[in-house]
Amino acid sequence: MFGKLTWAAIPFDQPIPLVTSAIVGLIVGAVLLWVLVKGYLPYIWREWITSVDHKRIGVMYVLLASIMLLRGFADALMMRAQQAFAFNAPGYLPPEHYDQIFTAHGTIMIFFVAMPFVTGLMNFVVPLQLGVRDVAFPTINSVGFWLTATGALLINLSLFVGEFARTGWLAYPPLSEAAYSPGVGVDYYLWALQIAGVGTLTSGINLVTTILKVRTYGMTYLRMPVFCWTALASNLLIIAAFPILTATLVMLTLDRYLGFHFFTNDGGGNAMMFINLIWAWGHPEVYILILPAFGVFSEVVSTFSGKPLFGYRSMVAATMGICILSFMVWLHHFFTMGAGPDVNAVFGIATMIIAVPTGVKIYNWLFTMYGGRIRFETPMLWSVGFIITFIVGGMTGVLMAVPPADFVLHNSLFLIAHFHNVIIGGVVFGLFAGYTYWFPKAFGFKLDEELGKKAFWCWFIGYYVAFTPLYILGFLGMTRRMQHYDVAAWQPWLIIAGIGALIILAGIGFQVAQIVVSIRNREALRDVTGDPWDGRSLEWSIASPPPVFNFAFMPDVSGEEAYWTVKQTARSQGALIPRPPYQPIEMPRNTATGFVCAIFSSIMGFALIWQIWWMLGLGAFGAFATFVVFAWRDHDEYEIPAATVEALDAENRRARGIALEDYLKTNPIEERQSA
Amino acid sequence: MSGFPPPKPKENEQHSSITLRMNAPLYDSIGPKGWNPTLGMIMPKPAHLCSRNDTRSASYKYPSWRKLAMATAAMSLLGLSACSKGILDPQGPIAEANKTILIDSIAIMLAIVIPTMIATVGFAWWYRASNTRATYRPDFAHSGAVELVVWSIPILVILLLGGVAWIGSHDLDPAKPIESTEQPLDIQVVALDWKWLFIYPDGHVATVNELTVPVNVPLRMSLTSSSVMNVFFVPQLGTMIYAMSGMQSPLNLMASSEGTFHGLGAHYSGAGFSDMSFKVNAVSKEQFQAWLAKAQTAPERLDRAAYEELARQSSPVAPKTFTLADPGLFDAIVRHKIPPGPGPQPESASSTPSVSSSNGG
Repeated sequence: MFGKLTWAAIPFDQPIPLVTSAIVGLIVGAVLLWVLVKGYLPYIWREWITSVDHKRIGVMYVLLASIMLLRGFADALMMRAQQAFAFNAPGYLPPEHYDQIFTAHGTIMIFFVAMPFVTGLMNFVVPLQLGVRDVAFPTINSVGFWLTATGALLINLSLFVGEFARTGWLAYPPLSEAAYSPGVGVDYYLWALQIAGVGTLTSGINLVTTILKVRTYGMTYLRMPVFCWTALASNLLIIAAFPILTATLVMLTLDRYLGFHFFTNDGGGNAMMFINLIWAWGHPEVYILILPAFGVFSEVVSTFSGKPLFGYRSMVAATMGICILSFMVWLHHFFTMGAGPDVNAVFGIATMIIAVPTGVKIYNWLFTMYGGRIRFETPMLWSVGFIITFIVGGMTGVLMAVPPADFVLHNSLFLIAHFHNVIIGGVVFGLFAGYTYWFPKAFGFKLDEELGKKAFWCWFIGYYVAFTPLYILGFLGMTRRMQHYDVAAWQPWLIIAGIGALIILAGIGFQVAQIVVSIRNREALRDVTGDPWDGRSLEWSIASPPPVFNFAFMPDVSGEEAYWTVKQTARSQGALIPRPPYQPIEMPRNTATGFVCAIFSSIMGFALIWQIWWMLGLGAFGAFATFVVFAWRDHDEYEIPAATVEALDAENRRARGIALEDYLKTNPIEERQSA
Repeated sequence: MSGFPPPKPKENEQHSSITLRMNAPLYDSIGPKGWNPTLGMIMPKPAHLCSRNDTRSASYKYPSWRKLAMATAAMSLLGLSACSKGILDPQGPIAEANKTILIDSIAIMLAIVIPTMIATVGFAWWYRASNTRATYRPDFAHSGAVELVVWSIPILVILLLGGVAWIGSHDLDPAKPIESTEQPLDIQVVALDWKWLFIYPDGHVATVNELTVPVNVPLRMSLTSSSVMNVFFVPQLGTMIYAMSGMQSPLNLMASSEGTFHGLGAHYSGAGFSDMSFKVNAVSKEQFQAWLAKAQTAPERLDRAAYEELARQSSPVAPKTFTLADPGLFDAIVRHKIPPGPGPQPESASSTPSVSSSNGG
């Protein structure tokens, strides 16, 4: 009746998962109760769960990522604590548990923190920067988000029901094959990633279509903000790379469920095929994450330096160059599998070539700051912190691209330090910069600066304290994923690394406090102008938060910095652009398709993991039926009357007018002309 | 280590094509004689950072910029960790060459990394909004000359490093035999769950979790695994390589000084993975012969049945010695004439007799 599921799947005998489950259960229950009692449920259902608004979906992606960050970081703390104590000692986590934790940490941080955070920012920002009202496929967007959430749900469910994989985050066979990992852990991994992967792929198709086909008047490719270019590159990579992941995981699934022999030791299987395939996805994945972060830095450095981005066309070329090159380097993840000197050298050199466009980007940000008037608000701090940190990460990456150096660094803690260097110092800093930068646009008030700066310094210093010891441990010959060790010289460094993790914890604490304090002080932090940072791209030309239709009229773009040009014209003429003729706007209706589909997908995923076949049939039927119902809908759009649009825009124009007057008071036109 | 370039390998030399073949016949290629695998031709040997090696390079004169770059590299890299038995304290020619390439590559990159970091901090500080002395140039967004420079710098560095990578990959190919007047010693390595089996086919002995080797004798190693993947790594001897079931990976290493080195499994392989560390005893040739003679009198014999028992999961496993009853054992493991081992199993299955109890070890 219930497949492999029995009471033994609940970890009654393991205090850590049991207590965690209880606490998480209580928190989720309390939140649900609060929502119900306060009567917020209809609002949340109407405005968020069923929303197809790209801004709302973007915010929900970021929220999901933030919650998962707490989970993934809790795993990190447990690992650091274990290794700090486990010199010639068992520590406090048995291997069965420790191995699940490092697997979960990697899987969650990449698939359910970095990916949704990046996707969320792109979802929120790209249509605004392109000057349009939504993405190309709003309902698919909602489905994509909810499928990602399904994956996150399944992976967290493994903590309470059954177990998670003990294979490392890429589930290398033959260890991940049924013969050596007979439990449901790898199945949780496979189905969580497959379901979330479908969500990611649809989101990638959606954003590529949006960028290629849905732009406002005059928004030619070479007038798009660099963030849109990096989003385009990143989503092209998603479209090209995620099917490889899906196919690879399908093959492993066939091995595990139906006795196929793609990657098994026997029957003609070859695990090295998996390693090649997974990295053919895995390396582009790195750039899927980092390219949008590069885009954020380009926007932030330019805005806070009060200058256009230096070498815009170079930046575009570098972005697209990285996009293509990222597919040609996967083998550098396993130089030590003995591919031979020619192959190793070719992939090593190809890897180094990526450092060229990346280096160019660094210099272009540098020359954007050159001659600027830099305001060190939080987003800019993250950006400068990023440049300094990322240079080191890039250097260690190129170092490991030299095969003979990799022969002694592969799988070592040096490698761990390297990729945390680029993921934290690059992706995470970029996401936090973007989060602080666009937060006022999303919610209409700024985040508290003081706490934001404290959070930055804790993350920045904490990163160095936590990961510099790991570089050193790599030189000392320590390999990754050790539950205990017998080398005394390693322990002091692991203790320091643990302290670093605690400093980062303080940073996360400040970020949580920042949200609470900022919401409480939202009236004082209110962004009345819609342009809190003196921005340069179109999202700053509309109100914060923007109306559901974003733009009351489609802007006509005439240069690289769409809004800056408009703003400068207004400043030199001392008047806003004339009132446009307002038209009624058609917007897509909200739909529960994504949410309902995700519920059925969750049922399907759970059924597949525990091999409960009737439940699988139920889930599959439900998911299919949801789409049939959606496809048969009669009304998919509604109209916002011109009067409403005009009223909303009048408010925005009034705020802009006041801001312009304030500007003219301090910078009179005559003075500037004579200067 | 001479400063001369190594001679080119012969045209018909096969080492690049025999690296990994499924179920391949035993690797028996003898490489070209008379070259050595260090990168002496690219850069002079760096100053040794550990005191016990100082005498070896004290007489070498470095150009001053190099000295500076080396010192910077050394400081930023090593911090307090010098002389700590890791990859920066090599005890063999391969590890020595790995380290040379590592340090040289870092030095090359630091030459642009450090100025770039200084420029970042400098620009950010000088052009802060509150600095009235800085010139605001709101329209400075393009400059052909700057573009030329910013594209050229990384390209030049990568050209140089690409050369290091190409030559280094070929010189330090793990499959490439080490030049020596000594006859190489064949060692077959099997990654088991969770211990290492070392077979000396010519000495007719096998050991678990302890590898004894003579110094200055090339070690011609072949590696495989009984079940899941692992990586054989002795940081002080250099280059690591994967051990995979149904395949054999060739690896050539050599110890150049006597001592005991730490070895470990460097690829996660299941619950007992952390116990896969082992000792490497590098001893004089005479001591090695004495050790071998004693090992050959070990009471336990390693035949197929004993191997299959040994292949069951267990950890930690104390070092032990066998006499080798079946010289074709490694071949049989690689070719799956002996089926892959049971591999990591859930805790409940691990209550089956482990190697230590059944073999009385």
